[in-house]
Amino acid sequence: MRKSSAATELWTTLPKPRGPVMKHILGQPLGALGLVLIVLGFVVAFAAPWIAPYDPLATDYGNAIAPPSFAHWMGTDSFGRDLLSRILFGGRTAFLIGVSASFIGCTIGLFVGITSAYAGGWVDAIVERFMEILLAIPITVLALVLVSSLGRNMVYGVDLNLVFAIALPIIPKMARVARSQALTIRNLSYIDAAVTLGFSDLRIIVRHMAPNIFGPYIVMLTAFISQAILIEASLSYLGLGVAEPTPSWGLMLAGNAFNTSMTAPWIVIYPGLAIALVVFAFSMFGDALRDVFDPKARADR
Amino acid sequence: MQARPDAAAEPLLSVRNLNVQFRSNDRLLHIVRDVSYDVRAGELVALVGESGCGKSVSSLAVMRLLSDPTTTRFSGEVRLAGRDYLRLPESEMRRLRGRDIAMVFQEPMTSLNPLMTVGRQIMEPMLEHLDIDRAAARERAIDLLKRVGVTDPKRRMDQYPHEFSGGMRQRVVIAIALSCNPKVIIADEPTTALDVTIQAQILDLLRALVKETGVGLVLITHNLALVARYADRVNVMYGGRIIESGTVEDVLRQPRHRYTAGLLMAVPRLDLPRAARLHTIPGQPPSPARFPSGCAFSPRCGAATAACGSVPADTVTRDRRYACFHPVVDVLPQEGEHAAAGAEHTFGTTVLSVRGLTRHFHLKRRAVVRAVEDVSFDIPQGGTLGLVGESGCGKTTVVRTLLRLQSATSGRADFAGQDILSAGKRDLVALRRQIQVVYQDPSTSLNPRHRIASILAEPLLVHGLCKSQGEARARVEELLGLVGLPAEMAERYPHQMSGGQRQRVGIARALGMNPRLIVCDEPVSALDVSIQAQIMNLLADLQAKLGLSYLFVAHDLAVVRHISDVVAVMYLGRVVETATRAELFSTPRHPYTRALLAAVPSFAADAGQGPEAKITGELPSPLNPPSGCVFRTRCPMAVEACAKVVPPPVAFSDTHRVACIRV
Repeated sequence: MRKSSAATELWTTLPKPRGPVMKHILGQPLGALGLVLIVLGFVVAFAAPWIAPYDPLATDYGNAIAPPSFAHWMGTDSFGRDLLSRILFGGRTAFLIGVSASFIGCTIGLFVGITSAYAGGWVDAIVERFMEILLAIPITVLALVLVSSLGRNMVYGVDLNLVFAIALPIIPKMARVARSQALTIRNLSYIDAAVTLGFSDLRIIVRHMAPNIFGPYIVMLTAFISQAILIEASLSYLGLGVAEPTPSWGLMLAGNAFNTSMTAPWIVIYPGLAIALVVFAFSMFGDALRDVFDPKARADR
Repeated sequence: MQARPDAAAEPLLSVRNLNVQFRSNDRLLHIVRDVSYDVRAGELVALVGESGCGKSVSSLAVMRLLSDPTTTRFSGEVRLAGRDYLRLPESEMRRLRGRDIAMVFQEPMTSLNPLMTVGRQIMEPMLEHLDIDRAAARERAIDLLKRVGVTDPKRRMDQYPHEFSGGMRQRVVIAIALSCNPKVIIADEPTTALDVTIQAQILDLLRALVKETGVGLVLITHNLALVARYADRVNVMYGGRIIESGTVEDVLRQPRHRYTAGLLMAVPRLDLPRAARLHTIPGQPPSPARFPSGCAFSPRCGAATAACGSVPADTVTRDRRYACFHPVVDVLPQEGEHAAAGAEHTFGTTVLSVRGLTRHFHLKRRAVVRAVEDVSFDIPQGGTLGLVGESGCGKTTVVRTLLRLQSATSGRADFAGQDILSAGKRDLVALRRQIQVVYQDPSTSLNPRHRIASILAEPLLVHGLCKSQGEARARVEELLGLVGLPAEMAERYPHQMSGGQRQRVGIARALGMNPRLIVCDEPVSALDVSIQAQIMNLLADLQAKLGLSYLFVAHDLAVVRHISDVVAVMYLGRVVETATRAELFSTPRHPYTRALLAAVPSFAADAGQGPEAKITGELPSPLNPPSGCVFRTRCPMAVEACAKVVPPPVAFSDTHRVACIRV
């Protein structure tokens, strides 16, 4: 008798019931890790004034370029400022600018994309060409040009022009995704139904189309937070982002940090690690979200 | 009468106690339960049932195409010519698949590889499974194409699938299935994606091939009329089990199981006098996640008793099997309660009058698609106009232009003294309130992110029909009651409802605006048979209660006959015949209407089998329609004069107009 290979015993026990949270964590371990890191980062950055051991701006030239010790866990920089405190405060800058820039860019992009898909015809053609022009310019170069030409515009300690410069290159990328999604939704009969019910165009776009692109929107939003943090860091590194002495991770890598890094590697290692960790966390979380929102990837409806 | 295969003959394919389970993260679905059936040589065996009954899954299991052991398991025996191949290892199974047992899928558009010529795709299984060289394989492929009715097979061998129409592709798929002389072919809804005239061609072909070559064919379908016309034996599935099986004559004439009987009475039939109301089965087919324990049909069954809580054993008589505690004993009534149906309404006034509606699409290089050409019809006040035609005939375009979702090229559509097609923005908003729509696919016609309450309340608030949230809430409850849904449904999201319930919500949304005219765009074609009857009765009740007029677009003639007062038949962008229901179905005049009626599979054993009115060929491209009468290329009555002029409508009565010079 041949060994059975296809026909098998049937299952007799039901699968263990699991809560929805547990199911997602089991399905997306990296995404869950990303989420934990993001939450941790937010808490730490928010609580920076209370948990930072030193004033991030206080200089102590007698104790400059000190290696990590019990007094300074991550050492000090060439001005004798405590690195740990600066990284904690730098997290505030990174999260604030990253989240706001990504939010502004993605939200504008969302509505640009939907409107162009909904309107169609020449409106669509013109908007699309304009978006392509924006896409053609490398993201950092575009931000560079904007920041250097617009100068600074500080509101509540945030450079609005910097936020806008980082948000602008995000708009066409989001618009593209939103447009392709909107084109599919446009052909579903509930949009036809909304038209035949006599709803206004604005209502159809805001109430009926935008919420159905929420999934891709959230995915893009998280993915671009990490990009925005990276751009902020690189602009700061180039001296065009956050101004000294405000702590910023990019800024901490800039200036003479590079020169001293041979002798004092902790000056570049810790801020670099902070950037890498946060970017990794947001990317992983964004990927996991995409899997959750992508209907094809979902095994059980 | 065909020679019935000897009942004692050894079956080619024998399925015994097949069970299939699916497991996802948190659910265990036992989709197929103890299914057993036999297929003998030269026999067409139908597996029939509504969505979710397990008919497709059971055949995938028979093909052993459910292979992931972490998510699916199955048990039982499937013997092909006496050998149980469920126990073979996958490598040997691969040799069997395609050679001894072949499959034809539903969707001919996606079951062929678009990057390979048709000829190669037919030759591939032969080169894989048979000891045959390329030249011989090519010879055989050409021969197969000829046998499945592809003209000019030598040339078409080297064409790609996109150069074939849907019906032709399905013929190619059949040729591939036949290529290795299989013993058994499994056809999963082979004609569901095709038009009724093409469906008749394909099934006639399949039946002839089965009788000629002696293969066994398993036909999976939801359409009982197809079973009646083409199959030898039938297995009715419900809730994962075969609940009744036997020869087609026995089962369809004298169903024993309550479900089979209910289903047969729920289908609108062209061969019986029209009943005023369709018989319905209450409730809805069970979801595979929650098959009721005991007899799966008991929650919907009028005759259910406490005994139905346990699984009924098969009652086996000579050639029959059924699993029911309370079998139907009488012969199925062959006539509906047609007492009330006798009265034909006469309609005085017209609610919508369409004249010369034309819609052309301009493509690149000056090509023009004449989607709709000079279409005229009247919708009677308080009555229903049925607009029938096959896919591509322009009925959807007519609807979309009338709803102003698209602009018309020319024509008028007078509604309440106003031309819809030229109405300005403000008039249009007022018109939209009076003309509402019910869409075909209930899964896409409701916004998935809104609760039912807000879907129904939003238009009321936007148009100021309800002044406050509270008023709207009361109206929503009233609307749900009107379409037969409990008020709790307001809190649900669309995906938490069944297809039939969603369609009711779609109707409620249309009713909210107090419209005069409702455009029903194929409102029942995406629904299961038992649900279809419920929705059609609901539409009829609402019409009687609220005095609504309907424009009812459909491709199913039996459905159209049931619901319409007046019918317009479209072909390739033109209306070829308009008549009252009685006129059209008793004395169809236009050759196309007659062919369409003949192509509809009928329950009557002898009806429609003759070749007299069958049309051959396929729909010409609307890019380049035939000159003169558009139907002349497929018309059995065509003469030279048909190519010269577009036939003007000839009036046979006040209501009966036929655009044909030969009638």
